[in-house]
Amino acid sequence: MSAAPDKPRRGAALEIAGLRKSFGDKIVLDGVNIGALPGESLVIIGGSGAGKSVLLKCILGLIPLDTGTILIDGVDMSEAGGDAREEVRNRIGMLFQGGALFDSMNVWRNVTFALTQGRARQSREMRALAVEMLEKVGLEERVADLRPSEISGGMQKRVALARAIAAGPDLIFFDEPTTGLDPIRANKINHLIRGLTTDLGCTAVTITHDMASAKIIGDKVAMLHEGRIVWTGPVDQLDRSGNELVDGFVHGRAS
Amino acid sequence: MTDRLIPFLARPGAAAIGLFAAIGRSAIFAGRAVWGALTPPYYPLRFLEQLLVIGYFSLPVVGLTALFTGAALAQQIFVGGSRFNAESTVPAVTVIAVVRELAPVLGGLMVAGRVSSAMAAELGTMRVTEQIDALSTLRTDPFQFLIAPRVIAGTVVMPILVLVANAIGVMGGYLISVYRLGFNSASYLETTRAFLEVDDIISSMVKAAVFGFLLSLMGCYHGYYAGGGAAGVGRATTNAVVSAFLMILLANLIITVIVFG
Repeated sequence: MSAAPDKPRRGAALEIAGLRKSFGDKIVLDGVNIGALPGESLVIIGGSGAGKSVLLKCILGLIPLDTGTILIDGVDMSEAGGDAREEVRNRIGMLFQGGALFDSMNVWRNVTFALTQGRARQSREMRALAVEMLEKVGLEERVADLRPSEISGGMQKRVALARAIAAGPDLIFFDEPTTGLDPIRANKINHLIRGLTTDLGCTAVTITHDMASAKIIGDKVAMLHEGRIVWTGPVDQLDRSGNELVDGFVHGRAS
Repeated sequence: MTDRLIPFLARPGAAAIGLFAAIGRSAIFAGRAVWGALTPPYYPLRFLEQLLVIGYFSLPVVGLTALFTGAALAQQIFVGGSRFNAESTVPAVTVIAVVRELAPVLGGLMVAGRVSSAMAAELGTMRVTEQIDALSTLRTDPFQFLIAPRVIAGTVVMPILVLVANAIGVMGGYLISVYRLGFNSASYLETTRAFLEVDDIISSMVKAAVFGFLLSLMGCYHGYYAGGGAAGVGRATTNAVVSAFLMILLANLIITVIVFG
């Protein structure tokens, strides 16, 4: 399953080289090398504790890396000055594992947060934009005025997805997008993510241990194991990778 | 000998390093909060919201604390003073004690108990549910959006709260002195006015502003760095209140020695 080839792609290129990160004596990332082309959907799989979330937080600049480079459209995120880095960061969207919706705000203010930074301005236009985004993720207008605590987990995930795409990102990250959802809702979210990233033409990076997600969302899959990328390949080769670790992970076998 | 000595020294050494690291981290945090308040974008609505939360909603607890403390203080001064025929000092000692010490310190402690804990719990929950990380990915500096409005509001509103507490505390002393201890109303007020100096009020306001800064800073600091789920948020809340109390009492001592020493 690949992104529509005839659509103009405007995603950002991501290139990670030699990324290392330790916490005290514990080496979490031990020289990660991975990349995604503009418009490509990269899925990073790996077991619990493999370093997936740390990798994502390093890319997003939420935690500092020890060594290595993270290039987004050629801008080194660990070296670039404030303005250049901010410019790139403004082109990034993120769907957090638990949604991370602001519970002090209603849904439509959450959705438009990247555009308003939480300030009460152009409220009518922003609400209309939020409703448009909510419709894209399959939610009705009535949800817009509710608080996150008043909607279900699946709806929260959709709202978080609407928030992630509201500012039209060129590069979007998904952290375990189906965690906590039943198989039917998880399948809907997977197809929604695939459809949205294809329509937007953005580059997508998803971390998951859900094989169904990986197969629906990804163009390319990489496996992270003990802080290193041990296999990379097209998603259609995931079941015949020839790599013992990948086979074990895909089929749920201890290796 | 060295083999025994090193483990013996390791624990206090680690504690000392931890203490200095925490002081350094708090100082950097305070610097970032102040810088966040001085640089755009500004969030006036969030600042006003915090003025309400910290100031307006703390009025009942601060007012009642001042009322009861002022009344009890007057009673104690009367009883203690009667041992050496100094009952007439009640209005003067009450107003000085309330304005210089009791209203700012007890007001600060009461607001710390109410506000620092709430800030730590709210920000700690935002931390463990990744809402603070989400802010960073949504083009928003958490220090400008979350920390600066709280710290500045705490610093601005505490002097107003303490000003009110001063008045209510003196009124508490007045009520018990006039209606229970038999003082003349007019002479009580006249003595109070005569002994109250502008410097007393200024020192009270300075203390209040410092306490407001410290209590909101401690609430934000412990909440911002909370970790470890619900238990971590609980620890952050406790640490916020304890450290705010200690910082307020230490700052009070330092300011008192500087101003009145």
